[in-house]
Amino acid sequence: MSASMGGAAGGSVAVIDYGMGNLHSVASALEHAGAESVQVSCDPAVLRAADRVVFPGVGAIRDCMAEIRRLGCDELLQTALTTQHKPVLAICVGMQALLERSEENGGVPCLGLLGGEVRFLGADLRGDDGERLKVPHMGWNEVRQRRPHPLWEGIADGTRFYFVHSYYVHAADRDLVAGSVDYGVSIDAALARDNLFAVQFHPEKSHTAGLRLLRNFLAWDGSC
Amino acid sequence: MGLARRIIPCLDVDNGRVVKGVNFVDIRDAGDPVEIARRYNEAGADEITFLDITASHEARETTVHTVEAIAREVFIPLTVGGGIRSLADIRTMLNAGADKVSINTAAIREPQLVADASARFGAQCIVVAIDAKRVQDRDGAPRWEIFTHGGRRPTGIDALAWARRMAELGAGEILLTSMDRDGTRDGFDLALTRAVSDAVPVPVIASGGVGNLEHLAEGVLEGGADAVLAASIFHFGEYSIAEAKAHMAGRGIEVRL
Repeated sequence: MSASMGGAAGGSVAVIDYGMGNLHSVASALEHAGAESVQVSCDPAVLRAADRVVFPGVGAIRDCMAEIRRLGCDELLQTALTTQHKPVLAICVGMQALLERSEENGGVPCLGLLGGEVRFLGADLRGDDGERLKVPHMGWNEVRQRRPHPLWEGIADGTRFYFVHSYYVHAADRDLVAGSVDYGVSIDAALARDNLFAVQFHPEKSHTAGLRLLRNFLAWDGSC
Repeated sequence: MGLARRIIPCLDVDNGRVVKGVNFVDIRDAGDPVEIARRYNEAGADEITFLDITASHEARETTVHTVEAIAREVFIPLTVGGGIRSLADIRTMLNAGADKVSINTAAIREPQLVADASARFGAQCIVVAIDAKRVQDRDGAPRWEIFTHGGRRPTGIDALAWARRMAELGAGEILLTSMDRDGTRDGFDLALTRAVSDAVPVPVIASGGVGNLEHLAEGVLEGGADAVLAASIFHFGEYSIAEAKAHMAGRGIEVRL
């Protein structure tokens, strides 16, 4: 792509496609950030061969979980994470799916790769000054970096990223929290464990900062 | 620290061309929606809304290609509205790269579409557009009614009740346009904006009537809007997005700088 932000990097990236929405934005942003090749797929061969994996997600969690399981994406993800030790980036509902359960759709069991749960932001969410906060949490909010991580490289603490969600992650192990955002409650905006980085916001919609995070992901060897 | 109020430039697009064009310094093609979207993206717009006013159904193919081209190089949220009538239309636009679709007349004709779309694609991508006009109640109290066909056709539907119903059915956001103010440059209908914003739990985008930067600030401070949408003040180069944000920040509004 002529307008890419630097030379090709990061080898091949597989964006896991479980049929729940448009993944071209994610793929385009990865290409723009300099990925050598990006494939949107749920083909086990493609995922096995990829150097790194992106696990996105939009929509309602029950339908997402059903498709993830039906297509065997859970096993493919597990393989990439723990057998092949590839760098994995989970985005939005992709992040939420990693936890043990979600309150959405009346309660849905999730993958349980990370301890903790996904909670509703609430029907009467209030800010510090008592002001009513709208749900979904939609727009650009400031992410506080809880600890250094290669994916934060070159991104200032407090940089705004684009969020759009009504449910939020609360990890059981607070040491995994790499970034947080305040919106009536403290939301886990980023979780990191070994070769896994998961974000509630949308880097593919977060302009310069988002593209930088994707570029960092492409340069990441999976250690931290 | 907190969520920023959003500034959203809106492009009216007819058959793949931006209506009336956009007056930026050094712009090569003032009618090219892709170039204009790219320029707004670089200028710091928080989102872009793309309103398709193409009349013929056949020409909609053009719109899909335009959305695809924008989505390939603009990495901020893109909303597409105009002529969205079915789940298939929504899927087409989302697959083309839109992040949200805005539903207007079809929601009035068939409210269940909003519920079905929200269940299928998620509330986060379903915006319901409401075109409201002030009318007098029998007892003289002001209220607002939904109008269609560019503000010409009344529906008898109360705007506040409608906004609440749309949010209940699964709209993730309301795009609220005052048909009294649209095109006047007199500022938003702040009473309408405040009433709708207080009535619904979801974010509200104020639209219609912006003529200067203070109007944008009023929309947030007095109207309680979560986002402000404007077309002409940005298109004709009177104000830049950066000037708008600086003005809003100066009025104590949280913005993404």
